[in-house]
Formats: sequence, structure tokens, C-alpha cells
Amino acid sequence: MIETINLTKKYGSFTALDSLNLKIKKGTVFGFVGHNGAGKSTTFSILATLLSPTSGTAFINGFDVTKDPKQVRKHIGYMPDFFGVYDQFKTVEYLDFYGASYGIPKPEREILIPQLLELVNLSNKKDAYVDVLSRGMKQRLCLARSLIHDPEVLILDEPASGLDPRARIEMREILKELKNMGKTIIISSHILPELAEMCDEIGVITNGKLVASGSVASIQKQLQANKVIHVRVTSDIELAMLFFEDEPKISGLSKHERHDQTLLFSYTGSDDEQVELLKKAILAGLQITSFNEEETDLEDVFLEITKGVDFS
Amino acid sequence: MKTRFINPVLNKEIKLRFRSFKGFLGVFFYLFALGLIAIGFIVVNTIFSSSAIFSPEQSRAMFMVLSFVQMALILFMTPGLTSGVISGERERQTLNILLTTPQSSTSIIFSKLISSISYLLLMMVSSMPLYSIVFLFGGVSPSLIVSTFSLYFVTMITIGSLGVLFSTLIRKTIVSSIVTYGITLFLTAGTAFLTIMIGEMFFYQNTQTVFPYLTAMVNPFIILLSTFEPYMTDEIQRQTGIDFSLVTSFIITYVVITILSLWVSILKLRPKMKAKKGTINSE
Repeated sequence: MIETINLTKKYGSFTALDSLNLKIKKGTVFGFVGHNGAGKSTTFSILATLLSPTSGTAFINGFDVTKDPKQVRKHIGYMPDFFGVYDQFKTVEYLDFYGASYGIPKPEREILIPQLLELVNLSNKKDAYVDVLSRGMKQRLCLARSLIHDPEVLILDEPASGLDPRARIEMREILKELKNMGKTIIISSHILPELAEMCDEIGVITNGKLVASGSVASIQKQLQANKVIHVRVTSDIELAMLFFEDEPKISGLSKHERHDQTLLFSYTGSDDEQVELLKKAILAGLQITSFNEEETDLEDVFLEITKGVDFS
Repeated sequence: MKTRFINPVLNKEIKLRFRSFKGFLGVFFYLFALGLIAIGFIVVNTIFSSSAIFSPEQSRAMFMVLSFVQMALILFMTPGLTSGVISGERERQTLNILLTTPQSSTSIIFSKLISSISYLLLMMVSSMPLYSIVFLFGGVSPSLIVSTFSLYFVTMITIGSLGVLFSTLIRKTIVSSIVTYGITLFLTAGTAFLTIMIGEMFFYQNTQTVFPYLTAMVNPFIILLSTFEPYMTDEIQRQTGIDFSLVTSFIITYVVITILSLWVSILKLRPKMKAKKGTINSE
């Protein structure tokens, strides 16, 4: 379980993190989304005991990160957004070093390491030197490293950044597997869709503040109160414009810029009202070939949430 | 029990150091430099001098030369080996990960120091056959050799600890190296210069001052010289009126510097976490 209470980090007059309150239940995959510099890595560094907060506190499995960092370290697997590897180590030696650092006895490490390499699909690279691995492989190796002491909580800072699409998919599959193993995972990304399908909950952070949090669906819903509807007609479009102009709860009526015979408007009515509107339009003689809501993907949601925030 | 001595970081450091070709190259050049000087010394004293024999006195002189060169090499290499141990990990972005492991700061700092020192020790031990030339021709007592090597040991540990300290405090290895080399230069050339300058100044004024004692007692070269030629230190002690052994002062000062450096390094390696809750709302 991860909990932060009024977690704040200031660098001089700059507030990197402003009273962050999070509560992540055991076994949850929590996606932390925000633009670069929003405070994600700051939060993660505090959770990983690498940075002390200016005020507030955070708990991992009930241990206070500021008072009991030693215990916290035993319970977390941390993967930083940027990390280096000891180039002259072989893959197996790399993991063995960290295993030893966590006090895992040698015979156990010898059983554990092949299993971890199997999990991250690096079994065929066990005797390769770390510096010849591709970026995706290094990321996976680092993930395996963060799992070596079987932590209950995983803190993964942009684990898929800088990876090609194939490597991303591989990373995602591994994360799914970890989710199935019942790990509590907090994972960050500046790309929302990347996270959506594997997260139970997401939190959006901008300028150090948590601006939205909840399940992916609820956040999407929250923003879809204002939907955009596209209507395509075969009859005269001007007539259609006149019809919709008089209807209530419609705003921003306009013709589609790229598609002929299509108009679009914002609609604030409920689903039932929307059904009635369509019926009425057909009865009025409009020949409608399509009447659909614009797909708002998470990208739009993110842009919507962070709208009006000064990113500079 | 075994794991207490074979610390993971120490194990890693030594493994990586000797896996790279640089590790062997270092030993090679170290021995090459020392060997060149030893042979050069013999050549100069036999071929280019009127007497064709190498006397015990000359052997003693060669021992002194070798010892000074070895001390200079140690002072030159220790900052290079230690001033990047922490900042280097930070620059390679491996430090964060290391710090999230449950290893104590103490064990990380000590492992880093010991691994660097053990490399220097290896060089020192591998240079011992060169000293056999000295034994062959005589002129030096075994106790002198023991005290010389003890002096090296104290010096490398102290300079090494300073290197580790600056490497912990300063983010960039290059800056940390410059600071460590700067301090090493001050402890050698700087204090030697001050000792002579101030010594001379007060000598002519015929007044007593403790200053030359203070600058001499931190200078490894002066201490090394005093083990060969004790009258040197007697002169400083006479001039300053301090009866306390210069070598003892040197060892005490260096041990104190070592302890302080390592203590601060251990404290500063990880961020200081607040212990009291009362401070939280004061911001």
C-alpha cells in the first residue's frame, strides 16, 4: 500500500510538488500521468527514499519514508527514469550484485536469477555483457533487478520511455504479468494511452498538483459531460444547420472542415435526450447517414484536464 | 560470517577494476616508473661515476629516492582513484539504484575506500621486488622499511578518505578531483613551502613560533624524510619549542582527518530525512 499525505517538495521558491495526497490500495496498478517536469519523478524519488520532502510524508506498507527508510527500501522495487548499468558486468553478475546487496544468500540467488531473466525474456542473454544489450533489454534488466528481493511495491518511473513500439509491447506484457502476481505498482508516463489499458487507476499531475484521479473510465466520463456530435446528411446541409440551430443544449454548431455534408456541435444533453434529438431530426425530414459521438481518447482527456495550465 | 567480509559493493568494485584493462595498465606503469628510477639510479652511480661499485651508502640513497618517488606516486594516484568513487556512480546514473538497496551508507563508503586502497596496496606489494635491490646491497634496516610502508599506508588512507569525501559532496567527478588534488598539493608542496618560508623568517628574527611545526606535521614528505634523517625533525622541534614527536602528531592528525572525512561522507551520502514530525508544518 502506498499513501502520501500533503507531500510537498520545494526547491527554493519553486514548488515541485504541492500537497500531494494519494492512497493506493494493495494490488492496484496506479498510473501517474503528467507532462515532463510535473512532479512525477520527484514523487517517485521521495517514495524511493532518495529525496526528503520539504513537508508532508509518505508511507509504503505502513512504513514512513522519512522515519523508516531502511524498512521502506526492503519493500520497494524502484526503477528510475534514467539509469545506468555497470557495463563490465555480465547480465547474471549484474543481478547477482543487487541480489547480494539485498542480502539474498548465494544459493538462493542462483535459483532466483534464471527465473527473473525468464520473466523479462532475457534468458538467452544471461552471459552477455550489459553494455551490449539494447535499450529495451537494459530496461527489462533493470526491471528484473527491481524485482530481485520480491518487493510488494513497485515504483516504476517511465519504464517504457525511449523504447520502440515492439519493446513497449514487451514491457507492457511483463507489467501485466506483474499485475497478475498481485504487486502494487505505481507507474508513471507522460503518455496517457500507454498506461490506460493496464492501470486500475490513474492520477493526473500538473505543476506539482494532482488535478484528477480515479479509474480510467471515471476520468473519461468526467470529461465527457460535454460531448461532440458529428452528423452526416445526404439532404441539404443548410437545412440541417437550421434545424439543429433551434435545438436546446447545442452549442458551437458548425460545418466540418474536412468532410462535406457533415456538421458538428457540442451537446450537453443526456443519452435519452440524444435519442429524442435524433428521432426528431429524422421526423423533420433530414436524411441522416451517420450520427455519432466523437471518440475522446485519453490523449484528449489529458489535454482537457491540463488545459489552461501554464507549462512553461 | 563470510558475507560480513565479502561485502557486495567491495566485491563488485574489485571485480570491475580488474576486469578492465586499465587496472593492469595502472600496475604496469607504476612498476615501470619505479623500475626506471631504480635502474637509472644504479646506472648513474656506477657507469657515470669514478667508482665502479655500488656501495651500501648509495644503496641507502637509492632507497630514499625510491621511497620519495613511491610516496609521490601514491599522492598522485590516490586522489585519482578515490575522487570519483561516489560522483562517478552518480554520473553513470547507478548511484540512485545503489542507494535504494538496503545497504548501509557506512558499508558503501567503506567498501569504496577499501577497494581503492587495496588497488594501491597491490601496487605497493608488487613494487617490493624492486626493493630487493636495496637489500642486495644493504644499508637499510628492515625497521626503516616497515616504518616507510606504514607511512604510505596512513597517507593513502587519509588522502583516499578526502577523495571519497569530496566525491560524495561534489556532484561532478572533475571538480571533486581538482579539489582533492588541490588539497593534496597543499599538504605536500604548500606546507613544505610554508615550513621553509616561515622557518627562515623566524630564524632570522630569533623568535619562537609553532607555525613550522603545524605545517611540517601534515606533510608526508617531511615525515618521510624525518624517518631517514631524524635531525631534520629535531631542528623543527628545537625551533618551535615543541617536544612532542612530529611523526606521532602526523599520525594523529591524519587519523582525525580520516575519521572526519568518512563520517561526513556517510552522513551526506543519502539525503537527511527528518526525524521529528514537529518540523513538518513550520515551512
